[in-house]
Amino acid sequence: MVPLSWYLILSAILFCLGVFGFLLKRNIITIFMSIELMLNAVNLTFVAFANYWSEHGLKLALSGHVFVFFVMVVAAAEAAVGLAIIIAVFRTRETLNVDRVNLLKL
Amino acid sequence: MVHEILFIIFGLICVAGAVNLLVQRHPIHSALSLVLVMASLALIYLLLGAEFVAAIQVIVYAGAIMVLFVFVIMLLNAGAEEHSPGSKIALLMGVPGVIVFGCLVGWIMIHTSTQLGGVRINPSDFGDTHNIARLLFRDFLLPFEITSVLILIAIMGAVVLGRRQN
Amino acid sequence: MTHNLNLWVIPLLPLAGAAINGLFGRHFKNAVVSFIALFFTALSFAWAVWAVWSAWPGGPIPLPHIESFGTWITAGSFSAPFGFYLDQLSMVMVLVVTGVGFLIHIYSVGYMAHEGGFYRFFAYLNLFMFFMLTLVLANNYLLMFVGWEGVGLASYLLIGFYFLRDSAADAGKKAFIVNRIGDFAFLIGMFLLIQHFGTLSYDHVFNALKDAQKFPVDAGWGFLTITAICLLIGATGKSAQIPLYVWLPDAMEGPTPVSALIHAATMVTAGVYMIARSHAIFNLAPNALHIVFVIGCVTALFAATMGIAQTDIKRVLAYSTVSQLGYMVLACGAAAYAAGIFHLMTHAFFKALLFLGSGSVIHAVGGEQDMRRMGGLRTKIPVTFWTMTIATFTISGFWPMAAFFSKDEILAAVYRSPYAGHLLWAIGVITAGLTAFYMFRLWFMTFFGELKLGAVDVGEEAHAAAAPAHASHASASHSHGHADDQSHGHGGVHESPWIMLAPLVILAALSIVGGWVGVPKFLGGHNEFDRFLAPVMEQSRTSIAEGAAALQNTEAPAAPPEEKSTTEWVLTGMSVLAAVLGLFFAWLLYYKRPDLPDRITAKIHGIYLTVLHKYYIDEGYNLLFVKPLLALSTLVFWRGIDQGIIDGLVNGAGSASKGIGNELRRMQSGNIRSYAAWVAAGGAAVIAYMIWLGVSK
Repeated sequence: MVPLSWYLILSAILFCLGVFGFLLKRNIITIFMSIELMLNAVNLTFVAFANYWSEHGLKLALSGHVFVFFVMVVAAAEAAVGLAIIIAVFRTRETLNVDRVNLLKL
Repeated sequence: MVHEILFIIFGLICVAGAVNLLVQRHPIHSALSLVLVMASLALIYLLLGAEFVAAIQVIVYAGAIMVLFVFVIMLLNAGAEEHSPGSKIALLMGVPGVIVFGCLVGWIMIHTSTQLGGVRINPSDFGDTHNIARLLFRDFLLPFEITSVLILIAIMGAVVLGRRQN
Repeated sequence: MTHNLNLWVIPLLPLAGAAINGLFGRHFKNAVVSFIALFFTALSFAWAVWAVWSAWPGGPIPLPHIESFGTWITAGSFSAPFGFYLDQLSMVMVLVVTGVGFLIHIYSVGYMAHEGGFYRFFAYLNLFMFFMLTLVLANNYLLMFVGWEGVGLASYLLIGFYFLRDSAADAGKKAFIVNRIGDFAFLIGMFLLIQHFGTLSYDHVFNALKDAQKFPVDAGWGFLTITAICLLIGATGKSAQIPLYVWLPDAMEGPTPVSALIHAATMVTAGVYMIARSHAIFNLAPNALHIVFVIGCVTALFAATMGIAQTDIKRVLAYSTVSQLGYMVLACGAAAYAAGIFHLMTHAFFKALLFLGSGSVIHAVGGEQDMRRMGGLRTKIPVTFWTMTIATFTISGFWPMAAFFSKDEILAAVYRSPYAGHLLWAIGVITAGLTAFYMFRLWFMTFFGELKLGAVDVGEEAHAAAAPAHASHASASHSHGHADDQSHGHGGVHESPWIMLAPLVILAALSIVGGWVGVPKFLGGHNEFDRFLAPVMEQSRTSIAEGAAALQNTEAPAAPPEEKSTTEWVLTGMSVLAAVLGLFFAWLLYYKRPDLPDRITAKIHGIYLTVLHKYYIDEGYNLLFVKPLLALSTLVFWRGIDQGIIDGLVNGAGSASKGIGNELRRMQSGNIRSYAAWVAAGGAAVIAYMIWLGVSK
């Protein structure tokens, strides 16, 4: 029997790695991928808890899976739109370096 | 026993893939690492009895979204990352922040691990498709319909944004 | 209130005239403006006469007659009503103010006929009448103070009437500011009254003082003495006594009718009226009364010495006013308040006559005010000459003119006073002699000898003395007597029009007969004036003898000592002798041997210069008070506080916001990674806080 906390710690590690990637990488696409990594970590948490609660008798414990389903849908939509934006930005700025896309500064 | 071993193996693969994503210079290498992470996550889902979720993880996430990423990387033909003056704030505030967060969560997990129970590989039809379908089309019907609208909007948005300006 | 005299009409009529002339006078012709002003003043005078007639003692209306129109201020236990108070003292004052005021209004119609700002002059003059009448008719100190301040304002407006001239504007400011110093002391006195009596109404305060247990004679420096001294300082400001007299000579910058009305007949007498009104307080504070006594005497002598050396005709009269006011204050100091008021009344007549007559002279010689250039006018302007002669004889105290009786009554009271009365009487007699001397000097220099218009070289010193102490060099060259711009070339010396001469004649008649209401017993009269005012003066519980006895810790004599008529004859004789001596010396120096004055001044050149420059008092005040105050104001208040602190705070707030904004702007760097970092850090902080909350439970 694997303690629940192990899954959660794994999820936390993946999440933190995702945030690190977001903060430290310069390529926009890599940053996007870090976001996906974060979302995956969250999915892991949901599924782990869904299993846990089903053991402990919560009705609708399966809603954890349903939530994961929705997260994936949203992640797909976001990835599509986000990559479209990146293409548009690339056309005008000719660079994928996020530090150069700083026209919105004061 | 088996459960723990399997978990540890796949967990390590996940973490290794994630670290590799950070370390690599070229985005395509990062994308492939991410695919690895997602695949091992699907296996972990199976360990947790979430068959449906594992399936759609592979089909949708690894099969569609990552393919899209790879397409875009290929399309834009961006090279390896170059060095540019980064943001000091990111280093000063962000990194410590995340470390703090991670340590917090870890600390809590460790200290409450006895209160939480464990998970096991579930022999029942816990994560079956028809159970999920029952939930999805009955209790969560409204969010389901809304997400379909959301996807529609996303498609339109992607088409509009990706168009070449004439 | 069975007998309602509607006393409120008396002050409000001139106010209406002032309002109409002030607001609409610009569009009226001169005739309309003068009609409005004269109408309202005449009506006010008529009403005052009717009120006095109705309330005459012995009639159906008991005195004092108080009318109240509601409360003005109620604050805790203190309340001040709008009330009017008619008793014998205010009867005298209101008749003098309205009567002489009306005559001067008539005169001004002729005098100011060629001036600009005609409507403004009459508006201000009527405004002054309103405030002065409020002052004399008020039934509490607060309403009197309203009138007090108001006449100060009207005085400022009228002195600075030719406001385009620097010296006139400066003189107006000086008058107002010096008055304010006195008013400050007056306010302190009023606050002390409120503190001890809880009210400022005359009848409440004076009735309370009748309680011998609560308010014994104040032999030391208790609150009664301090209150009286504060009131006295207020009076010195308004009535031009030492040390606050310096504004009156400079006030001659205003037009001559202003000098006649405000600075001779009415406003400057407000201080004397106030002291007479508060005699109950003064009688209980012998130390304060002593100070009043001394100040009056010293001022009279001091001003008389300065009047001897002046060469501008109006300035001689100004110093004469200060000196005569000193006499009135001296009388009050000897607790002979009725005598002081008597002199106030006669002084109103002859001083107004003197000023208006000098205005007529100035008008005749086309604006010249320096006496050294006048002369020989007696044949050319006879009516003016004869009225001025009557006035000069009056002020010198010759029988049977008005001032003879009033001045003698004062000197007799001074002689009888227990505080070094003999010494001060002697000083008073000497001053009377000096008065006669400088008045007859004026008379001889103006009306006798040869007319020397423009032919005499007047030295530099005289220029500096004739101009006010702060005049710049430019206006010093102006002061060839164009103080009022009477230089309209009519061609030659000519008599004034009848509208200006009629008031002169009336005032001359009053100067002759005005004293006959106060003929003392030893000369065969019945002293009606004293007896008329006696009920007012008996409000005071004590007499001066008791006050003096309290100071010296002895018993008061049971009855006042008998006045021996031989003493009276000697005293009167001495003062007439002094007047005759003054006339003799003036005749000698300015008619018989006109070369003598220059030789005398050459011998005592230093002393002469000091007196000519008014003992350098103005320069002294400038050095002691004005310059340090200006320096304090500039360095500390302006540069230090206003620019440094207040502007610094305001500007500092602005620049602080700019600075903070500048720092906060760096958050909006446009750098996505830093945004993400902020989000991450913030998220970590929020989660940490929530965990801490959860754990700590």
